[in-house]
Amino acid sequence: MAKFTFVGGIHPYDGKDLSKDKPIRAILPGSEVVYPLSQHIGAPAGPIVAKGDRVLAGQKIGESGGFVSAPIHTAVSGTVKAIEPRRVATGDMVNSIIVENDGLYEETTFTPLENPEKRSREEIIGVIREAGIVGMGGAGFPTHVKLSPKEPDKIDYVIANCAECEPYLTSDYRRMLEEPEKLVGGLKIMLGLFPNAHGILAVEDNKPDCIALLKRLTRDERKITVRALKTKYPQGGERQLIYAVTGRRINSTMLPADVGCVVNNVDTVVAIYRAVTEGRPLMERIVTVTGDAVAEPANFRVRIGTPYREVLEAAGGFRENPEKVICGGPMMGFAMFDLNVPTTKTSTALLGLTRDEVSAMEPGPCINCGRCAEVCPGRVLPSRLADYAEHFDEEAFLANYGMECCECGCCSYVCPARRQLTQQIKSMRKIQLAKRKK
Amino acid sequence: MSELYRVSSNPHIRSRVTTNGLMLAVIVALMPATGFGIYNFGPRAFAVILVTILSTVLTEFLFGLCKWKGKVLSHLTVTDLSAVVTGLLLALNLPVSIPLWMAALGGVFAILAVKMLFGGLGQNFMNPALAGRCFLLISFPTAMTAFECDAYTGATPLAALKAGEQVNVLDMVIGRTAGTIGETSVIAILAGACILILLGVIDLRIPGSYIVTFVLFAGIFGGHGFNPSWISAQLSGGGLMLGAFFMATDYVTRPITAKGQYVFGVFLGLMTGIFRIFGPGAEGVSYAIILGNLLVPLIEKYTRPVAFGYRKGGKRREK
Repeated sequence: MAKFTFVGGIHPYDGKDLSKDKPIRAILPGSEVVYPLSQHIGAPAGPIVAKGDRVLAGQKIGESGGFVSAPIHTAVSGTVKAIEPRRVATGDMVNSIIVENDGLYEETTFTPLENPEKRSREEIIGVIREAGIVGMGGAGFPTHVKLSPKEPDKIDYVIANCAECEPYLTSDYRRMLEEPEKLVGGLKIMLGLFPNAHGILAVEDNKPDCIALLKRLTRDERKITVRALKTKYPQGGERQLIYAVTGRRINSTMLPADVGCVVNNVDTVVAIYRAVTEGRPLMERIVTVTGDAVAEPANFRVRIGTPYREVLEAAGGFRENPEKVICGGPMMGFAMFDLNVPTTKTSTALLGLTRDEVSAMEPGPCINCGRCAEVCPGRVLPSRLADYAEHFDEEAFLANYGMECCECGCCSYVCPARRQLTQQIKSMRKIQLAKRKK
Repeated sequence: MSELYRVSSNPHIRSRVTTNGLMLAVIVALMPATGFGIYNFGPRAFAVILVTILSTVLTEFLFGLCKWKGKVLSHLTVTDLSAVVTGLLLALNLPVSIPLWMAALGGVFAILAVKMLFGGLGQNFMNPALAGRCFLLISFPTAMTAFECDAYTGATPLAALKAGEQVNVLDMVIGRTAGTIGETSVIAILAGACILILLGVIDLRIPGSYIVTFVLFAGIFGGHGFNPSWISAQLSGGGLMLGAFFMATDYVTRPITAKGQYVFGVFLGLMTGIFRIFGPGAEGVSYAIILGNLLVPLIEKYTRPVAFGYRKGGKRREK
C-alpha cells in the first residue's frame, strides 16, 4: 500500500462516523435564496436579470465574466428581489442576485446532448462551461478551464478525486455510495475528451465499501482503474494525489496538465455527467452538516443559494451552543461568524464544534522539534517560513520555497508550541501573490 | 446578526502534543537513569539532583519575574518544564561527590548564560545542561572528576580502559561502576530512550548515525580493531548513551532537517572518537555535542530541503 501515498501528512481524528451512514436527503430552501456572483476562482459573473424579473429553476442569471470564470444559475423559480452586495461564508461582501422563492420549482427546459460520445471536444466543453461547473471540492476553479489544456493529446491520466481526506466530511462518500454510476459516467465523458488518457478513481482506503462498489462497476472498463490510497490528510490535495497515483510531481507554479493529469472532485464529475446527459446546469450539491454541536448530523442535497441557517435547521439545529462554526472541513475550512450566508458551489460542509481548540491556546516559542517539517507535504520548513513571515523577510521567505506551501494546515496541527504557522505563511503568501499580479 | 461565532484561520483542530507534554515525556524517560543513579550512589545523589533542579528552575523563574510584564501566568516560561529537564540532565552529568554549591552554580550558568540571555526557550545555541557541565569541568576540574564512591575504585571504566586496564563490560551495562550520577547504567538509559522513541519524541537518526560513526571510527583508529568487548566498553562508558539519546537529540540544538540530522550524528561520532582516542582524556561526549551544537546553523544551511516538485530553472507559469 505504501506506493499510493505521499511523504508527510497527518492522521487527525476523522469524525466521519457522525454522518457517514446518513443517506443523502434533499431539502428545499425557504423564501429567499442568494446567489453571489463570484463562487469560483477568476472573474466574477455579471448579472443578466433585473430586479422584478421572473426566473425559472435552472435559468442562467449570471453570465461568465471571461475565460477563467463561470456562469451562475438559479435553483429555484421566483422573482428577482434585488441585486446587491451580500456577505458570503468567507466574510467578504460579494455582489449577489437575491431571488424570492415562489416554492413552485418550475424548471426551464433542459436539453441533453444527444450521443455525447459522437460530439466534438469543443461542444462538450461548451456544455460544461455553460452549466457553470467549477471545482466543487472547495477551490472552485472553473472546470472547463481544467479540461482545456494546450495539448489534450498529452493528457495521460484523468483522475477523479474521491479521497475526501478532510476530517468529518462525508458528502463525497455518500455520493459515491448512492450514485456511483453517475461518477463513472462523468469520468467516461472526460475520458472522451482526452484520447490518450486513462481514468483513475482515487479513493482513500478508509472507504472500502466505495472501493469495492466502484471496482465492480468498472470491471469491464479497460480505461478505468480504481486506486486505493492510504488514508492520510491531505491525500486529496491535488499535488499529493497526483504524486500518489502517478509518481509525478508538480509545484505551485505548475498545473496538473503540465504532467499530463486532469483532476476533478467527485461532485464535479457528477455535475459534468448531469450537464452532458441531462442538460442540467449546476444547481445543487451535497453538503455534510456535522460536528459534535449538531443535533442530527446529516448529508443533504442542497439547492445552491440556500442559507446555511436553513441547512442547519434541517439537521435539527445545534444540540449544544457551538464555540465555532466552520464552512468546510476542520483543516482547510473557513470559520464563520454568522450563519445567514448562502451556500455556494464550493460549500462542502457545515461543521459545528463545541470546543474551539484554537482560541483556548496561547502560542509559545518554537522549540525546533521539527514536527512541522516532518508532516509538511510541500517538504518545506514551516517553522522557519513562519519566522520569515513574522519578520517580513520576503527574500528569505521566497528563497526557502515559501510559495510552495499549499496551506493544508498540517504544520499548525502538529505544532506542540501551538504556533499559528499556517496562518503566518498564508498571510505572507497572499502579500506575495498580490505583488506578483501587479 | 443575532449571534456571532468566533473566527480564526485554519486549521481549526490541533494534535494533543504540547511543549509541556514533550518536556514531561523527557523527564519520565530520564526516570530509570535517575532512579538507578540514586540506588547506585546513595541519598547524596538525590540531594545533588534536587539542588540542581531547584537552581535551574529558580533561575528561570527569577529571570522571568524580572522580565514579566505582570500579565498572564503562562508568560512565565518556567511553567513549561524545560528548566526541570535542564536541571535533571545537568545533575545526571555530575559526580555524586560534587559540592552542592557547585551543582547549583552549574544550574545557574546553564539557564542564565546559555538559555535566558539568548532569548529563553528555543533560542539557546548549545545544550544548556552540557554547557553547564563543561563550565564546571573547566572551572573545578578536581571536584568534577572525583568519582569517589564507597563500592568502587575512583577511576571511571573509560579512564581505566585508556590506562590499559581490563574492565567488566557487564558491570558497565548494568551500571555498577564509577561515573556521573546518570551515565553509568546503559540499561536504564536505553529503557528511557525506548520510551522516547515509542512516544515519538525522538527518532533514531541522530543516535543511530552517532553510534555507528563512533563504532567505525573507534574500530579503525582505536588500536584494538573491532574487538567486541573493547568496543562495547567504549559504547557503554563515558556517557555516550546518555549523550546520544538525551543530549544530542535536544530539539533546540540539533538541525531541523532530516539530512542535517545525519550529518550532525556523523560529526558527533567523529569528534567523540577523536577526543577519546587522540585526546588526553578518556571522555569527549560533552565537548563533541556542544561543538556540534555550534555547527548546527551551518549544517542546516547546506541541508535545506528542496520543496516538493521543485525543478531547477523553474517551470514557471504566470497567469
